[in-house]
Amino acid sequence: MPGRKFGETLVLPACTRFHVHEGSAMKHRVTSVLAVTAVVSLLAGCGSSGTDGTDTDTVTLVTHDSFAASKKVLNEFTERTGYEVRVLRGGDAGSAVNQAVLNKDNPQGDVFFGVDNTLLSRALDGDLFVPYAAKGLSNVPKQLRADAERNRVTPVDTGEICVNYDRDYFAERKLEPPRTFEDLAKPRYRDLLVTENAATSSPGLGFLLGTVREYGADGWRDYWKKLKANGVEVVDGWEQAYNDRFSGSAAGKGKGDRPLVVSYASSPPVEVLGKKERPEQAPTGVIEDTCFRQTEYAGLLSGAANEKGGKALLDFLLSKTFQEDLPLQMFVSPARSDVDLPELFTRYGATVEDPLTMAPERIAENRERWVDEWTSLVLR
Amino acid sequence: MSGPANGLRSRTVSAEPAVHDTGGPAPGANASRPPATRSVRRRAAGVRLALMAVPVGFFALFFAYPVVTIVGRGLRADGRWQLDRVGTVLGDPGVQQVLWFTVWQALASTALTLSVALPGAYVFARFRFPAKRLLHALVTVPFVLPTVVVGSAFLALLGRGGALDELWGVRLDTSVWAILLAHVFFNYAVVVRTVGGLWAQLDPRQEEAARVLGASRFAAWRAVTLPALVPAAGAAALMVFLFTFTSFGVIQVLGGPRYATLEVEIYRQTASLLDLPTAAVLTLTQFAAVATLLLGYGRLVRRREAALPLVAAAHTARRPSGAGQWALLWAVLVTIAVLLLLPLGVLAERSLRGPDGGHGLVFYRALFELGDSAAFLVPPVEAIGNSLAYALAATLVSLLVGGLAAAALSRRAGRIVRGFDALLMLPLGTSAVTVGFGFLIALDEPPLDLRSSWILVPLAQALVGVPFVIRTMLPVLRAVDDRLREAAAVLGASPFQVWRAVDLPLVRRAVLVAAGFAFAVSLGEFGATVFIARADHPTLPVTVARFLGRAGELNYGQAMALSTILLLLCGAVLIVLERVRTNNAGEF
Amino acid sequence: MLRLSGVTVRFGDRTALDAVDLTVEDHETVCLLGPSGSGKSTLLRVVAGLQPADAGRVSLSGRDQADVPTHRRGLGLMFQDHQLFPQQDVAGNIAFGLRTGVRSGGGAGARPGAGRLSKAERAERVSELLELVGLPGAQERAVGSLSGGEQQRVALARALAPTPRLLMLDEPLGQLDRGLRERLTVELRQLFRRLGTTVLAVTHDQGEAFALADRVVVMRAGRVAQTGTPREVWQRPASSFVARFLGFENIVPATVRERGADTPWGRVQVPKGTPSGRCELLVRPAGVRLTPPEEGLKCTVTGITFRGGASAMVSVLLQPVAGPPLTAESPLSRAPDLDETVGVTFTGHEVVVLPNAAEPA
Repeated sequence: MPGRKFGETLVLPACTRFHVHEGSAMKHRVTSVLAVTAVVSLLAGCGSSGTDGTDTDTVTLVTHDSFAASKKVLNEFTERTGYEVRVLRGGDAGSAVNQAVLNKDNPQGDVFFGVDNTLLSRALDGDLFVPYAAKGLSNVPKQLRADAERNRVTPVDTGEICVNYDRDYFAERKLEPPRTFEDLAKPRYRDLLVTENAATSSPGLGFLLGTVREYGADGWRDYWKKLKANGVEVVDGWEQAYNDRFSGSAAGKGKGDRPLVVSYASSPPVEVLGKKERPEQAPTGVIEDTCFRQTEYAGLLSGAANEKGGKALLDFLLSKTFQEDLPLQMFVSPARSDVDLPELFTRYGATVEDPLTMAPERIAENRERWVDEWTSLVLR
Repeated sequence: MSGPANGLRSRTVSAEPAVHDTGGPAPGANASRPPATRSVRRRAAGVRLALMAVPVGFFALFFAYPVVTIVGRGLRADGRWQLDRVGTVLGDPGVQQVLWFTVWQALASTALTLSVALPGAYVFARFRFPAKRLLHALVTVPFVLPTVVVGSAFLALLGRGGALDELWGVRLDTSVWAILLAHVFFNYAVVVRTVGGLWAQLDPRQEEAARVLGASRFAAWRAVTLPALVPAAGAAALMVFLFTFTSFGVIQVLGGPRYATLEVEIYRQTASLLDLPTAAVLTLTQFAAVATLLLGYGRLVRRREAALPLVAAAHTARRPSGAGQWALLWAVLVTIAVLLLLPLGVLAERSLRGPDGGHGLVFYRALFELGDSAAFLVPPVEAIGNSLAYALAATLVSLLVGGLAAAALSRRAGRIVRGFDALLMLPLGTSAVTVGFGFLIALDEPPLDLRSSWILVPLAQALVGVPFVIRTMLPVLRAVDDRLREAAAVLGASPFQVWRAVDLPLVRRAVLVAAGFAFAVSLGEFGATVFIARADHPTLPVTVARFLGRAGELNYGQAMALSTILLLLCGAVLIVLERVRTNNAGEF
Repeated sequence: MLRLSGVTVRFGDRTALDAVDLTVEDHETVCLLGPSGSGKSTLLRVVAGLQPADAGRVSLSGRDQADVPTHRRGLGLMFQDHQLFPQQDVAGNIAFGLRTGVRSGGGAGARPGAGRLSKAERAERVSELLELVGLPGAQERAVGSLSGGEQQRVALARALAPTPRLLMLDEPLGQLDRGLRERLTVELRQLFRRLGTTVLAVTHDQGEAFALADRVVVMRAGRVAQTGTPREVWQRPASSFVARFLGFENIVPATVRERGADTPWGRVQVPKGTPSGRCELLVRPAGVRLTPPEEGLKCTVTGITFRGGASAMVSVLLQPVAGPPLTAESPLSRAPDLDETVGVTFTGHEVVVLPNAAEPA
C-alpha cells in the first residue's frame, strides 16, 4: 500500500484505539474529567504524528478531489524511487489551486497537480512553481507545453470539453444530432441543450472559451444571444447538468429533459462502465466540433521540503506507467503521444482530432471580463 | 393513564436573574441567599475563568485567528487597512442584488418553515400516536445530513419527473420555491424540537383555565400558550433565519446560477476567483448580520427560560380526540411524509436500483471493491470508518469545549459572558470556505502547522458541534437548583466534588444528548471538511460528493448507497437520542 | 342548578368515575370529599367540559351540556395550583374572563349581566374584586411576586369576575399552611353566602369541607360513598371507609346481640333498634370515657396528642389489654400521664354501627 506510514487507515485508528482503551478504563464515569484528559492526550499524542510530512522518504502530492491513481501504479513509484506518496486533496480544481497560491513558499507538499490552462496564469503569476524539466517531456506534443522556455509546469493530461448527446433521444425521433456550434442555435434543437455556469463550473467555462475561440472576441456574444433565444438552460454545476438534466446519463435516465449537455469527451466511455454486458456503442455521443481542450499541469512547489522526491514524482507523472493508468482513473487523455489508450476509450470514446485551444495568457487576460459579460448576457 | 389533573406535578424553571428580580417568595428562587463574601466571590470568578480558558483558547485559535487572518489578508495591503474596499464592494449592484436575495429568501424560508413546522410542533407536543419517537427522530435526520447528499434527491422530488411533476405536472426545480421547500426540509426539526420541546412542557391547565373563563379554544391558545411560546418560536425562527441566511449547498444544488446568497458569493470569490478583498468585505458583512441575529437569539433564549409553570412532557400528550384533532394529526403526518420522508425514501430507493433495471445491492457491493475506476486509494466503504472516527474525535472535542463553556456560562454572570455565549455560536453562521482557507494560511507555522493533519477535520467539525453541546447542556445546568450545590458545599465538598455529586448526575442525560447531537452533526458536516486539504481519509459526505462529481451509473449509484448509509447512521444516532432525551434537554 | 346522572369516565381500564349522580341546588355550597384518586377532580373537569364523559348526563340550569363547549358553560373553576397566567399582571388575570366576551352570545350558557364591558368598567370591576378578596391595589403586581395566599386570592377573584352561575374550586386551599387555610375557609364561606354563589368544591381535608359546605359528598374510587350535611356525615358515617376517612380510628368488628355488641374490647352498648348480626362498630373518641384502672377495660396510655386551637382537649392513645388501640378524648386538665394504666368505659350515644361490615376498610 502506498504511503504506508501515513496511509489511509493507519494514523487514525491508532489514535482511536488509544482513546477507546482510555474509555474502557473509566467506564463508570463516562462524562467525568477523565474524558477531558483523554481528549487532551489524544490531541497531544496523535496530533503531531499526522503532520509529519517532511520525512525524506515521503513525497507529498497536493491536488484536487478528482485526482485518482491506481494503487499498483503508486506502489511502482515507491519501488522505483523509494519514496512513498502522500496525497492531500483540497476541494475542486479551482479551490485547490487557490489554496496552493495562498500557501506559496510554505507549501503543504512537494508537487502540485491539477492546474489547468484556464487557471495556469494564476499559478505562474503567483510564482507557485520552480522550473524543472521532467523526463519524458520530449514525448509530449509541443502545443501542450505551456511555459516551454522555463518549464515551471509539466503537462500531464488533457481532456476535451464537448457537447454530449443522448443517442436514443435522437434515434427515436429520427433526428440528426447536431454537429456544430451553429447547429446548436438552430430551431430544430430548441430547448435541448443544458450547460453549466461559466462563473463557477470548469466545463461551463471551457464551453464559453470554445465559443470565443470559434466566433472570435467579438462574435461570441451574438452566438450566445442566439443560443439563449434557442432555449439554452444554464445550471450551476456539472453534477446538476449531467446527472439531473441530461437524458442520456444513467443517473438522469427517465427524468432528464435535455438530450444535449456540455460534458467531457470521456463521458461516453464512463456510461458503459458498470454494465454487465458491454454494448455495441455508448448510449451517448460526442459532438467533436464543439470540443475545447483543457490541459492539466503539475509543478514542483516552491519551497518544497523534499525537492528531490518532488522531481522524481514529476518524472513519474510523465512516465508511461502513470500515463497509461490515467485514462481509467481520471477519464482524461494522457499528455504523452506515445501511450496507447485503453480499449474502453478507443471503443466507446471519441478521439478528438483537432480540439479548440486557447493560450493560457489570453485566457488569463480576458477570463474575468468574458465571464462577467457572459453572466449579464445569459443569466440576468 | 392517570387522570391528567392529578398526574401533573408543577415545576418551575427559574433560571435567570430576571425571575429573581421580582424579589417575591416565588418557589425555587434564591432570593434569600446571603450576600457572598468577597473571597468567595473572587474564587467563583476564578473558577469561571478557569472553565472558560479552554473554550476561549479553542475559539481564539481555531476560529478567530484563522478568520481574522484571512480577512486581514484580504483587507490589508502595503501594511495598511484598505477599508475603502468596503464601500466599493457594497456599492456594487451585483453584490447588492446578492444581499437582497439573501435576506428575502431567508425571510421567506423562515416564514414558510414556521408555518409548516408549528403545527408539527403542536402535534409532537400534545398528541400521543404510534411511532411518535421514531418520527421525532426521523424528522431531525435532514437537519444533520449534508446538503450535497439530499440536494439531488430533493431535486428528484421537485424536479422533472419527480413526484410533483407526475401528480400535478408541477416542476419547481428552476424556481425559488425549490430553495424555500428545501429549507423547510432541512429546518423543520429546528422548530419542532425548539418550540415543540417547550410546548410539551407547558401546563395544559393554563389553557383550560382560560377556557373556563370563557375563551374559545383558539382564544385560549392565543391568550395563554402563544405568549409562552413566543420566545421559543422567536429563537427557532432566528435559528432558521441564520441557517437559511447562510445557506450554501441548497442554493448551489437547487438554485441554479441565477440565485446566489452571500455565502455562495463568498465561496465564489474565495475558491474560484481568489478575490480575497471582496471575500473579506462580504465575510465581514455576513459576520455583522450573524452577530446581530445571535445577540437577538440570546435575548430570546433567556426569555424562554423565564419562569413558566412547566410540567413533565409525558403527562401533557394525549390521544387526539375529535375530527379536528385527527385531521390536524393526519395533515402533519402527511406533510412529514411528503416533505421530509419522501426525499429520504427516494435516496434509498435509488441506492437499491440495479444498473440494468430492477433492484439489488449492486451499488452497495461496489462500495467494498476497488474497481478499475477507483477514485480512491481504498474501498469507498472505508469512508464509513473514517467518518465515525472523525465524528468521535469531533464529539470529544465538542464535549470538552462545549461542556466547559456551558459550565462557565451556567454560573450567573454579567454581560461579557453572555456575549461569549453568542460568540460560540458564530461558527454556525460563518462560511465554511472562510474557515477552511483561514486554517490553511493561519495554522501554517510549527508548532501549529496543522494544515495537513487529520486533527483539522474533527476540529472544524467541532466548531459546528460546540454550539449544539452548549445549547443542549446550558438550560439543564442552569436549572440545577443552586441550593443543592450549597447543601453539598456546606457538607464539606470541594467545588469539583460538588460538581460531581450534584451537577453530573443531573446533567448526565444532557451530556449524552449533547454528545449524540454533536456526533450526528459531525457525521454530516461537509463544508469545512471539503475545504481542508487533507490526507486521504475521506469522510462519507466528501466521498458522496466525489462520486456525484463523476459520470456513470455506478458512481451515481454508489453515491446514493453511501448517502443511504449516512442517513441510516444519523437516523440510528438520533433514535438512540430519543430514548435518552430528558424532558428538559435544552433547545435541540 | 347542576345535575349529574350516571356520569362515567374511564382512563383505559381504570374507571375514574363510576355512574355518579349528584345535584347542586342554587346558592348551595357542596364539597366533594375524598382521598386522592377518588375521582373528585375528574368530576369537576367533566362539569367544566374539559373531560368528556363516557356515559351519563351533565345538565346546568336544566339544560343538557353535552354539546356546550367549556367556554360557553358559564362556569368558574379555580385550579388546585391556581394556574394564574404568568405573562399577565394581577389585573390582567382578573379581567381575563371579562375580556373574553363570549358569554354575551345569549342562550342558557350566558351569564346574567355579563355582557361586554368597557375598559373603564373592567378596571372598576377588577378593583372591586381585589377589594373583595382583600388585596386592594394589587392590580399591577406580577403574578410571580405573589405569595401562595395572595395567588389564591387572585385566582378566586379571577374566577368570580365574570359572575359564574356555578363556581368550582379544586383543592382551593391545598397549598396553604394550616392557619391561613382555616382563616380563608371562613372568609370564603362568608363571601359565598354574601354573594349567593353556587359552589362545588373539591377537597381531601374534612375540616375544610365541613367548614365550607352546606352539603358534603364523600367519594371513594369513583363512586359516591355518602351524601349529607356535614353534621349528618360526621354523626352517622355510612361506612367504615367514610368513618376512617373522617379520621375516626376506634373501629372494630362486632356482633350485635340484643341491646349490646360483642367486640374485642368487650361488650359495648349500641343504639336502640340496631339489627342483630355482624357489623363494624365505631366509638367516637368522645364516647370513650377514662375511669380509674379498676373500672372497665384496662388500658395503658401510649401517647398524648395536643390538638391545638382553643379547645384545650387532648387525644389520648390507649393500648387495651385486649383488642386494637383506642383513642379517647379528654380535657387537658384531666389527661392521664404517659404509661399510666387507666380504665375505659363506652358511652352508648357516641357509638355508631357501620352497616357494611363485609367491606374491607
